[in-house]
Amino acid sequence: MLKDLLTPETANVFVGKLGDILEKAIGKPLGYAINWGRIWSLWPVHIETACCSVEFGAASSPRYDIERFGIIEAFGSLRQCDLVVVQGTITRKMAPRLRLVYDQMPEPKYVIAMGACAITGGLYFDSYNVLPGIDGILPVDVYVPGCPPRPETLIQGCLLLQEKIKRMKARTIV
Amino acid sequence: MTTELPADIQSSSSEIQTDKPSSNWLPPGLALQKVDERIMTLNVGPQHPGSGHMRLIVQIDGDYIVACDPDPGYVHRGEEKMAEYRNYITNIPHLERPVIHDSCNMLYPYVLGVEELLGIEVPERAKYVRVIAAELNRCIYIMYWLAIYGIFLGHSTMFMWPTGDRELLIDLMEKMTGARVTHSHFIPGGVRNDLPANFEEVCLRQVNYFEKRIKEYAAVFYDNPILISRTQNTGVLSRQDAIRLGVTGSVLRASGIDFDVRKKEPYDVYDELDIQSIVMTEGDAYARSKIPWLDMMDSCNIIRQALQKMPKSGSVRVKLKPNPKGKGLDTVYKRVESGRGSLGCYIVSDGKPEPYRLKLSVPSFRNLIALPYLLKGEKLGNMPSVYWSLNYWPVEADR
Amino acid sequence: MSSDSNKPVEEKPETKPVVKKPEEKSVELPKFEKDISDKIVEKFGDKVEVAFVKKDRVGINVSRENVHDVAEFIRDGLNYDHVESVSGVDYPQDNEIAVVYHIGSYSDPTLARQLLVLSTRAQREENPIPGNDATRLPTLRDIFYSVEFHEREIFEMFGVYFEGHPDNRRLLLPEDWADIPPLRKDFAIKGR
Ligand code: SF4
Repeated sequence: MLKDLLTPETANVFVGKLGDILEKAIGKPLGYAINWGRIWSLWPVHIETACCSVEFGAASSPRYDIERFGIIEAFGSLRQCDLVVVQGTITRKMAPRLRLVYDQMPEPKYVIAMGACAITGGLYFDSYNVLPGIDGILPVDVYVPGCPPRPETLIQGCLLLQEKIKRMKARTIV
Repeated sequence: MTTELPADIQSSSSEIQTDKPSSNWLPPGLALQKVDERIMTLNVGPQHPGSGHMRLIVQIDGDYIVACDPDPGYVHRGEEKMAEYRNYITNIPHLERPVIHDSCNMLYPYVLGVEELLGIEVPERAKYVRVIAAELNRCIYIMYWLAIYGIFLGHSTMFMWPTGDRELLIDLMEKMTGARVTHSHFIPGGVRNDLPANFEEVCLRQVNYFEKRIKEYAAVFYDNPILISRTQNTGVLSRQDAIRLGVTGSVLRASGIDFDVRKKEPYDVYDELDIQSIVMTEGDAYARSKIPWLDMMDSCNIIRQALQKMPKSGSVRVKLKPNPKGKGLDTVYKRVESGRGSLGCYIVSDGKPEPYRLKLSVPSFRNLIALPYLLKGEKLGNMPSVYWSLNYWPVEADR
Repeated sequence: MSSDSNKPVEEKPETKPVVKKPEEKSVELPKFEKDISDKIVEKFGDKVEVAFVKKDRVGINVSRENVHDVAEFIRDGLNYDHVESVSGVDYPQDNEIAVVYHIGSYSDPTLARQLLVLSTRAQREENPIPGNDATRLPTLRDIFYSVEFHEREIFEMFGVYFEGHPDNRRLLLPEDWADIPPLRKDFAIKGR
C-alpha cells in the first residue's frame, strides 16, 4: 500500500511530513546541536562605523585573540556573516547603510552594540548628526559599555551572546 | 601618472563632469553620471574590506580607474559645533575622539592654543612628559595603520605582528595615564598626572625592545617582493603636485619635500631634541608606506633623548582658575606634527569660557584631495594600496 | 599633586609673560613678519587691512571684491603655495560670515614657519537658501588648488557659495539634510 502511495508526486509531501515528525521527536537535541554549531562560528560583518573599531581590531590581536572563542576576524562577505558589531557612533548618514547591511544578511543574525555611542549616543548626545543609540534601527542582543570598551569587555560581551544563543530556541525549519 | 593608458581610455579620463553649477545640493556620486557605455561605476564602501568608514565611487574602464569621487562624512559628528557649547576644559575628551589611538597628538594643538589664549606658562618637566607621550602615541598610531595596511594587501602576518607589538606601548601609556587609548592626558597648563614611579626605566626597556622588533618588519614586509611589486610605481605623486595639492605628513615627505612641524616650527621642547625628518623622493605608494615605519625608529630615538634630558623632579601642571576665559577677542592657530601630518587648531575666542569657534584642520582631510588624483589611471586592484598609503583615517577627516 | 609644588609655578605666568613677551615682540621677532605685511600694504594700499602681526602669523583682512587679487599676489609675489585650512566664522551681529584662509609655503624654506591668515567676509542672509542667495565669495581654487575640498565643506557648513568653484556639492553632511547649514550661529543643537 505504501508502494502505491509513493509516486514521484507525493514523495515530497512524505519527506516533508517525515521531517515534521523527526523534528518533533528530536527537535530539542537537534536544536541544541544547531545552536552549538552557531556559537562557535560567529562571523562579524566588516562594517566600521566610528572610533571603537580601533579596539575591535585590537581584540583580534595576538594578545587578546578573540578567535579562540569562535569569533572570526571581520574580513569577509556579508552574505556569510551572522553578527553585526556596531562599533560606535552611528551618524545620520551611516544609519540607512547599517540597516541595509543588516537586511542583506541571512538569518539567524545577532547584534552587539559596542561603545557608549552605540548605546545612547555617548559623548555625542547633543550632536546634530548622531543617532541617540541604535535601538531605533536594529534589534540589539548585547550591549557592551565603555568608551571605547576594552578588548576584554568586548570578549565578555561575545561570551554573553554565546550564552544567550545557547538558551534560544533554534528554528530548525525556517 | 606613470601608467601608460591606451589612447581611447585617456580621452575619457577627463575631469569629473560637474559643469552644472545649478545642481548645488546634488548628493555625492550623482555628478558622475554622464558616461559612455564602456565605463562602469562601482561603489566601494562603506561596507567593504578595502574602504574603512567611507565610500569611494570609482568609474572603471576594464581594469583601469578613470575617475574617482570620494564620499566621506559617514562619521561626521559635528565636533566643531559641539565645541561651541562646552568650556575649554570640558572640550578635552571629545576633541581627542577623532583619532583615539593618536589622542595625545590630537589634543596637542588645542592645548597649545588654549595656553596661548589664556597666557599660561607650562613647567619644564610637563613639556618633556608631553613629548614622550606624543611620541609613544605616534608609534601606537602608526602600528595600527601598518596593521590595516597589511590586511588591506592580504598580508595577515603584518596584521598580527604590529597589533601585538603595539600592546607594549599601550601598556606604557596605560601606566602613565590610566587608559588604554583615550587618555585625555594633556590639559592647558601641563599634563594631568606625574609619571608613575620607575616609569623611566620601564619605558627605556620597552622602547628598546620595541625598536628591535620593528626592525624585523623589513624582512617580512618591506623587502617582500610581492609588496614591492604591488606598491612601487603605483600612485606616484610628483613634487610639484604635492605642493599644489597641499598634502601633508608622510605623503608630503615621500614626494621629496622636507617639511616636519617638529623641525620647522618647534613647539614645547622639540627644539632641544635631535629630530631627523625622513624624506624620500620616489613619491610612490612604497615610499609613502615606508616613511611612517622609519618615523617610528626616529620616535624611539626622540623618546630616549627626552628621557635623558627630562628634569628628574618638579611640577607637571599649573593650577588653572576654575572656568578659564580668554582675554577678549582673540584668535590663535597652532599646529603640531601628528602621526599623519601637520594638525592645526584654529580657535576664535570672544572672552567667554567657551570658544566662539573652533576649527580642526586635520591632515586626513587635507590628504584626501590627492586620492582622486592618484587613482586616475591606476588598476582597480591597486586601489587599496594607494588609498591606505595616504595615511588616511576617515573618522578624523569627517570630525 | 602636592599643593606646595604648584605654588611657585603659579606665580610664574603672572610675572614672566608681562616682562618677557612684549620685549621679544617689539624688538626683533615680528621684523620678518612685518616685512611681509608691508609688502602687501605697499601693493594694495588701503584695500587691505593688517589685522595682526604676531610671531609667525600675519593677519590680513580683505573685502570680497579684492580677495582674488590679493591671493594672486600672495602666491606670485610672496611665494606662498598651499592652503592649510579654511575656516568659516559666523558673525550674526555684523551680519557677515568670515572665511579665513591659512596659507603656508612648502617651496620657500624661509617661510616654513609662517602662516598668512587671509580673511574675508561674505554677506549673511537671515533666511539662507544655500547657493541661491547673496552669501557669495569668489573661489580661490584657481589660485590655490588645495582649497577644493575645504571650500566644499564651507559651503555646506555655512552656506557660502563659491563662485567659479566647479564642484559645489555636499561633502560631509547626509544627502537628505534639509535644515539650515549647521555651523551658523542660529542653528541650535538639541537640548542647548
Ligand atoms: S563610544 Fe567612545 S570610542 Fe566608541 S565610538 Fe563612541 S566616542 Fe568613539
